[in-house]
Order: sequence, then structure tokens, then C-alpha cells
Amino acid sequence: MAEAAIKSGCRHFFGYPITPQTEVAAYMAKRMPKIGGTYLQAESEIAAINMVLGAASAGVRVMTSSSSPGISLKTEGISYIAGSDLPCLIINVQRGGPGLGGIQPSQADYWQATRATGHGDFHILVFAPSTIQEMVDLVYTAYDKADEYRMPAMILADGMLGQMMEPVEFPEKEADQKIEKPWATTGHQNKRAHNIVNSLYLDPNELEQKVVERFKRYERIKEKEPLAEEYLVDDADIVLVSFGATSRIVKSAVNSARAMGIKAGMIRPITLWPFPEKAIQKAADTVSCFMSVEMSMGQMVDDVRLAVNGKKPVYFFGRTGGIIPSPAEVLEQIQKTMGGAK
Amino acid sequence: MAVVFEKPKTLSDATLHYCPGCTHGIIHTLVAQAIEELGIEGKTVGVAPVGCAVMAYNYFTCDMVEAPHGRAPAVATGLKRALPENIIFTYQGDGDLAAIGTAETVHSATRGENITVIFVNNAIYGMTGGQMAPTSLPGQITQTTPYGRDVSTAGYPVRICEMLSTLDGVAYAERVSVDCVPNIRKAKAAIQKAFENQVNQKGFSIVEVLSSCPTNWGLTPVEALDWLRDNMIPYYPLGVYKDITGGDK
Repeated sequence: MAEAAIKSGCRHFFGYPITPQTEVAAYMAKRMPKIGGTYLQAESEIAAINMVLGAASAGVRVMTSSSSPGISLKTEGISYIAGSDLPCLIINVQRGGPGLGGIQPSQADYWQATRATGHGDFHILVFAPSTIQEMVDLVYTAYDKADEYRMPAMILADGMLGQMMEPVEFPEKEADQKIEKPWATTGHQNKRAHNIVNSLYLDPNELEQKVVERFKRYERIKEKEPLAEEYLVDDADIVLVSFGATSRIVKSAVNSARAMGIKAGMIRPITLWPFPEKAIQKAADTVSCFMSVEMSMGQMVDDVRLAVNGKKPVYFFGRTGGIIPSPAEVLEQIQKTMGGAK
Repeated sequence: MAVVFEKPKTLSDATLHYCPGCTHGIIHTLVAQAIEELGIEGKTVGVAPVGCAVMAYNYFTCDMVEAPHGRAPAVATGLKRALPENIIFTYQGDGDLAAIGTAETVHSATRGENITVIFVNNAIYGMTGGQMAPTSLPGQITQTTPYGRDVSTAGYPVRICEMLSTLDGVAYAERVSVDCVPNIRKAKAAIQKAFENQVNQKGFSIVEVLSSCPTNWGLTPVEALDWLRDNMIPYYPLGVYKDITGGDK
């Protein structure tokens, strides 16, 4: 992930140590000085995200990485970055919460990532990889889309992906860094009017207009950018909805269910915001029910229900606190649900 | 008629929103003059704080970034690391720099970030209407210390220059005042030096400027300057606290 960021043109990393994302920071600390980049260990997550704000204002590709409690601290800065229309990349390798919680894998920051990465009316792009290869690929996408739409992007991973080792291939293509940033505060060199990076609008009409403009951009994103993987959905009776590492467990449960004659399928949202609601809506016409499977008490299930809009029942199964659901557990839930549905 | 004084070009024509008698206007002018006289406006990026000077981005004609409350030194760090050839400064008040942003202040200083920090200390939260600041004096009456700052419950004021001068990363720390013309001249020289240090790669420079707040102190502008002189300067002595720049000052 760190190497993918570097290959995407990122030369500035600001972080603060927290388990289980220390591997990213350690890699950056080793690589950045060798390539003329900046690795800076900040005094806090708050300082780190504000360093990101500063570097993003200068128009460079910049990233920070953290884990759940650290992301909570960063939310102040993320809100300012979004309110100032700045692009950046934030990694969250989720662990169990709330509070200090635990250090085992979790997906309990779904609400935070998709609803509340800070105060105010705004969204950030949220990508949820399920393999290390996809994590690499999505880093490129995240930088390109963040620059294109001038907004923060987050890779929402979990402790399982964070600690996993898998072979990866780095894409041949260089990330698209051709997007001009005429708004950047790089010093006007006495050649243009001064640029201001700012999120303050004391006139409510002006602020409303800024927010409405931003939401028009969000509408375009919701139209163009949702990504999802569909697996055996066409003839499915039950569609499981699952993201990140959990989807790999769900996929094997789906295969086992198929072997037992239950027509199960899976939709895996790759973008959590924008949520791929059209894929869910399409399936809602043909399936008999949905089940959201998450490493939480049920957060993404809200978005599944909103997309299904009452057309079909939506069930939930999850484990939390750092417990990874087993394929057998998920299969049992499928059997129970389909048994009950018949 | 000969022009003997002009507003520095680094200050825009926008009408300042500061209260009558507030010394922010003087300090803005000194900062703008320093930037103009060094000929660095084109490569300067300023960072505005949260507080009375939040809209400084409208007044300085260089590129400007508005930071969250207290985070200006972190934002400046990000800017400086991305733009090492540029000149980056922060302009912060006492609540911003010495309370909510203490960690960012101390750590940007100890890292020796090659930035310039202009610290305006008026011993009160002005923007929010006159609450106790980290630098409010013992006994000082504010909205949130209506019986005077009682150090047994509200603690003692923070002396920033003294504290930062103990850090190896700090190149230059000086406290000045804008209560009278001779002191304004000294303040001008200090601010100029703090920018020159950055041009010459000397490292972290901070100038603390004792400033008045007639509105929230409940005094006339002239009384406020007297109060500054009689009460603040004895508690916050003026002078150079650290200078390892080897300059000619």
C-alpha cells in the first residue's frame, strides 16, 4: 500500500504510531528519505492530519495512515480538508472499538467513514479493498479520484488486511498526475492574484452556496463512481452483502451453500461512499432476501436497507470486538435464513 | 506633494475588521513591511489562525491558508515540507498558540521547522468575547474569571518565549511590544529578522508581540496601551530569549 502510494506520486507522509497500521509508517520511514520524500512522525494524529492539510494546500500528493482511535482524532482535520476542497489520501486499518477497544480486525468504523469523518455537511471517497492486490490498485484510483473531485479519499482496510502477506503486481501505468491545481498555495510569484485555502464563510448564504455546489459534485460522483463486485447474483435467491476481508469469508460460505443447493450470491461494495446502491436495487428485483455480513454490530446494513427500500427482507449477521466470522458460521446463517424463508 | 509613507503592498485594500484601537493593524503592517522589504511576497505562504486574526487571509496579499484552531504550525510544517523553497509564516493569537495549539507549537519548534511564527499575545480571547487566555495575568478580570484570575484554581500564565527558548530546535525567540513608537520600531526589526532567518535557512523563529484588546479589557485604546505597559511587560519582559542565528542584530 505504501509502495503503491509512492508509485502514485506521493512524496509526503505524515503519521503517528498506532497498531495495527505501523507497517505502513515503517515502510515510509525507510523509503521516503531514499527518494527525496518526506516521512514525518508527528506529535499527534491531529498534527499529522493538519500537516496533510498544509501539504495538500501546496498541491502535492500526500497521505497519512492510522487506525480507528487515531482516525477519530483526525476527524477535525478531515472536515477542514473537505471544507477547503483539498485532495489527500487517508488510510484506516480498522481495529475493534469503541474507545481503546482492541487491536484485532474490525469493520466498526463504517459509519464513521461513510457518515461522520468530521463535523458538517460533507462526504469523502471511501474504498474498501478485499485483497492486498486490490489495496494497491485502489491507492492509484483513490489519488486520481481525490485530485479529480478535490476531496479526501480513504482506504478503509482492517487489521486482517493490514497484517496479511500476499504477492502483488504493481500496475504498469503511472498514476494520473496531470490534473492541474491552479488553486494551490504555492506562492503567487507576482504572476497571479493570491490563492486562499479556506473553509470559513461567515455569510450563511455564501456557505450554503458552497455546500450546495459541493453536493452537486457528490451527485456526479454517486452517478459515475460506485464500484461493486457481483458474485453469482443473477440466479440467486439470497444475496449476501459484504465488504473488505469479510467478503472473502462470505465468498467461501456462498460456494458451500451453492454446493448444498442453496442459490446464494454476493455483492461486494468496493466503494462504500459512494455506496453502489444500483447494484443492490437491481438485485432487489430478483432475489428473495439480502443478508449483510460485517465485522460489527451492523452498520453497512443501513445502506443496504436504504437501497432495498423495503422491497425485500434484509437480514444481518456479524461478529464484533475483533472476532472474525468463520465460513461455517456464515453458512449456518444462510441455511437458517433460507430454511425460514421456505 | 512627496509621498512619505505608503501602506505596504503586501496588505490588501480590504477593510480590516478589527475593533478600534486594536493593535492587530499595527502588527499586520509590520509583517507586510517585512515581507515587502525582503522582496519575498511572491514565494510567501501565510497561515491564518482561528481567533481575531482568522480573516488575515483577506488582508495579506501573499497566498494564504486558513488553519483549524491551534494547528497553524502543523499546517505550516506540511506547507514547508512540500515547498522547501518558499517562505512560510503563521500568525497566531494566545489562545490558538498557547492553549489549544500548545503541542503543535512546541513540536514544530523542537523539530526546528524553518518557519516564522508571529505570536500576538493580548492576554485574552478576543474573538469569542473576552474569556481567560493561557496568558491572562494573575488577578486579571475576564468573562470567565469574573473575580480575577485565581491561580489556585485557574493556574498560572504561560510564558511562551521563555519556554521555547529551552528547546534545541529554536533558532530565534524574541518578545516585543507595540505599546509605543520605540517599541514598535523594535518589533519591526524583530519581525524582519524572523523572516530573514527563514530566508537564510536558520530554522524556527518566533516573535511574541504584546498587544492590546481595548474592547475586551474594557478600556479606551490609550488606557489599554498603558495597561499593557504597566501590567503585561513586567510579567512578560521584553527582549531576545534565544538567538543562535549568528546574525548582526
